[in-house]
Amino acid sequence: MADISFLMLIFFLVTTTMDVDSGIVRRLPPPPDPTAVAPDVKERNVFNVMINKSDRLFVEGKWGDINSLRAEAKEFLSNPHNSETLPEKRIENLPLIGEYPVSKGIISLKNDRGTSYDIYIQVQNELTAAVNELRDELARQKFGAKFADLSPNQAEAIQKAIPMSISEAEPEDIGGKK
Amino acid sequence: MARFKKEKSGELPAISTSSMPDIIFMLLFFFMVTTSMREVVVKVQNRMPEASEVQKLEKKALVSFIYIGAPKMSKMYGTESRIQLNDSFRNVADIPEFIYLEREARNEADRPLLTTSLKVDREVKMGVVTDVKQELRKVGAFKINYSTRKKAPKTHD
Repeated sequence: MADISFLMLIFFLVTTTMDVDSGIVRRLPPPPDPTAVAPDVKERNVFNVMINKSDRLFVEGKWGDINSLRAEAKEFLSNPHNSETLPEKRIENLPLIGEYPVSKGIISLKNDRGTSYDIYIQVQNELTAAVNELRDELARQKFGAKFADLSPNQAEAIQKAIPMSISEAEPEDIGGKK
Repeated sequence: MARFKKEKSGELPAISTSSMPDIIFMLLFFFMVTTSMREVVVKVQNRMPEASEVQKLEKKALVSFIYIGAPKMSKMYGTESRIQLNDSFRNVADIPEFIYLEREARNEADRPLLTTSLKVDREVKMGVVTDVKQELRKVGAFKINYSTRKKAPKTHD
């Protein structure tokens, strides 16, 4: 008996792959409507991040760095001092939270065809981290718990207060075909 | 004065092995339950990038995988990044059919919940990934997941 179960145990030990599938979840936008006019977005409401084909970052018209990207994105999305150059806010009445100034800021991410997937994921990760940290801060302030530990209703309210507004530019063939 | 006599046992009592089968069974069941057999043979290199802000994929049955990377057998297939759907190398143009077949294989109620997991090697250039994403947009498979390995969150103070 013990021998047989030993045998099976060894078999399952060997065949097991303990890879939990995890990753960065995104929602793709529907295909662009050719007749639609691009919505007019003010310059101050857009945070431009570009990655060129040699994996260098260009953030808001300046050479950027992956290590400071998170802090810059956080400052852009929260606009703590209501600066003129950072995005506008719209007061919205949200369930459970009440009136909250929701930022109109959009992070626009653009990459080249020659950009490596590694740096692309790192940038996506930093931008997601910025949103997640802001959500965590608000969740602590309003409900006294981490965002991950909130009830579904509370989490939805926080998501509305701080939307995941990362938009990817329509791909263009720049920098030659590969 | 009382005399305390030290008990000196010459040898240790043998450990009872009667519970060993129980323990082995427990381990056996643990591994049986957690095991997931690989369904496809991955023919491309698959070193995933690392990220800290990951979410787990909840329902494995509702995930379809697209593998992208340089072929493992580079002498036979070259070093250019290839797309693998199920068990074979395919082109970008084959993705709509793949998605339709994946949808057909699921319950009608589950179809909107279908997630596409992109398992892309870190060396791949974004051009291929962008093409795949454009195809997915055309067929309405909007829920995607960039598969990554978990990295400890960065602490910066």
